[in-house]
Amino acid sequence: MNAFANIRTIMKRELSGYFTSPIAYVFLVIFLLLTGFFTFTIGNFFERGEASLVSFFTWHPWLYLFLVPAVGMRLWSEERRLGTMELLLTMPITSWQAIVGKFLASWLFLALALALTFPVVITVNYFGDPDNGVIFAGYVGSLMLAGSYLAVTCMTSALTRNQVISFILSVMICLFLILAGYTPVTDLLTRFVSPVVVDVVAAFSVMTHFEGFQRGVLDTRDVVFFASVIGFMLFTTGVIIRNQRAG
Amino acid sequence: MISVEHLVKAFGPKLAVNDVSFSVERGEVLGFLGPNGAGKSTTMRMITGYYPPTSGRIMVGGHDMVEDPIAAKRLIGYLPENAPGYADMTVNGFLNFCAELRGLQGDARKRAVHRAVELCFLDSVLYQSIDTLSKGYKHRTCLAQSLIHDPDVLILDEPTDGLDPNQKHEVRGLIKRLGENKVVIFSTHILEEVEAACTRVIIIDRGRIVASGTPAELKARSPEGKLDEVFRAITLPDTVKVKAEARA
Ligand SMILES: Nc1ncnc2c1ncn2[C@@H]1O[C@H](COP(=O)(O)OP(=O)(O)O)[C@@H](O)[C@H]1O
Ligand SMILES: [Mg+2]
Repeated sequence: MNAFANIRTIMKRELSGYFTSPIAYVFLVIFLLLTGFFTFTIGNFFERGEASLVSFFTWHPWLYLFLVPAVGMRLWSEERRLGTMELLLTMPITSWQAIVGKFLASWLFLALALALTFPVVITVNYFGDPDNGVIFAGYVGSLMLAGSYLAVTCMTSALTRNQVISFILSVMICLFLILAGYTPVTDLLTRFVSPVVVDVVAAFSVMTHFEGFQRGVLDTRDVVFFASVIGFMLFTTGVIIRNQRAG
Repeated sequence: MISVEHLVKAFGPKLAVNDVSFSVERGEVLGFLGPNGAGKSTTMRMITGYYPPTSGRIMVGGHDMVEDPIAAKRLIGYLPENAPGYADMTVNGFLNFCAELRGLQGDARKRAVHRAVELCFLDSVLYQSIDTLSKGYKHRTCLAQSLIHDPDVLILDEPTDGLDPNQKHEVRGLIKRLGENKVVIFSTHILEEVEAACTRVIIIDRGRIVASGTPAELKARSPEGKLDEVFRAITLPDTVKVKAEARA
């Protein structure tokens, strides 16, 4: 199929773009150091005395808040800054092929970063007898979470040719997606508005849907939620890219 | 091969292109001449499918650019203004990427890249990254990209901009040669360029076509037979334009 070939070509270029500069390696090292730091120091991995990766996954929504926008901020803003967007969109491909190709490349890169955390899985299996099904669900959830943030970043990067603005906007939107369902915030909200409203707001939060995965529950509704965020954000990216040219 | 009917592009209240119509056949080299801001790039961006037109119709090789953009875009090779390229890629990587997007695979792709590299004299910089290229090489890399699939239609936005006189001469020669069995549309604000390479000229000013014909026909309009006099007589300089707009 033509569409797949085009998406693959775009993905390949985007991925090799990460690895031809030192940025990719710097990112991977920072990611691994931070996950290690949060898990073992702040998360009290060993002191908890339980064979699970709760202290590992709990931090992901916060860790990704900065790392994912950093990975995705250049996706479209760089195309606009260099003027290559004009080349790309006058090629015989559709804009959604370009959007999906770029998104998948960055998502794959994040998946690689996540895969490199495998030593924690080995560690926890060495010291105890964890439920590896729960760990697997946690990884799936983490990947979906990263994908959702990334789709947000994709959208913000289409808005501006400035990567820094794209980064800041993305962090702000993702922060909202966290806080809407972050327990301290929802507890505070229940004092002012009715619990129904709080539930509705929380339903839009990644936290609400990420928790299930951490408990080892692969709930379709949670999967659908993350898939919808990704779909909606990529669709919006397409609308933005089209409107910019419509004048 | 290409026909454009009543093309209009509005940016807000401003009409960047205002009712432009023309058609070009194989074997013609059409020069778009006009002062800065005349609407040359905007017209080309519509023909190549980058900007959707506000109204009007664009047919490329029998395909409507709005209805069937993929088929129309296949026929076109495009050099955008300022010759953009991915800064982090090598010339070779970039050309292979473009060839792949053009649907070229395996040996066909290798041959296409090789041919484009020869045509544009890029051998010496093949493995250099694009952000380290001099302006002339960067321009030629982007030009090579537009030629890679040996397209029937070439749209070149200021193809000699920023080149030194030797390079300008080479590129004009290349345009002329390619124009023998393709459609070439290129824009410029350099008058000699038009005389050197075009079979037909369209002069655009403030979004409208103000004159068209062969270079010889246009020259005949001035008593001295000079193209720049014709150009100055029918287009307005920037300063006058501002006053005219203020009055309107
Ligand atoms: N994306 C855009 N948004 C708003 N105005 C634009 C845009 N692109 C071009 N214009 C305006 O349209 C006019 C024609 O521009 P352009 O086609 O680039 O001229 P040329 O290539 O002949 O120098 C200019 O006045 C320019 O300011
Ligand atoms: Mg221009």
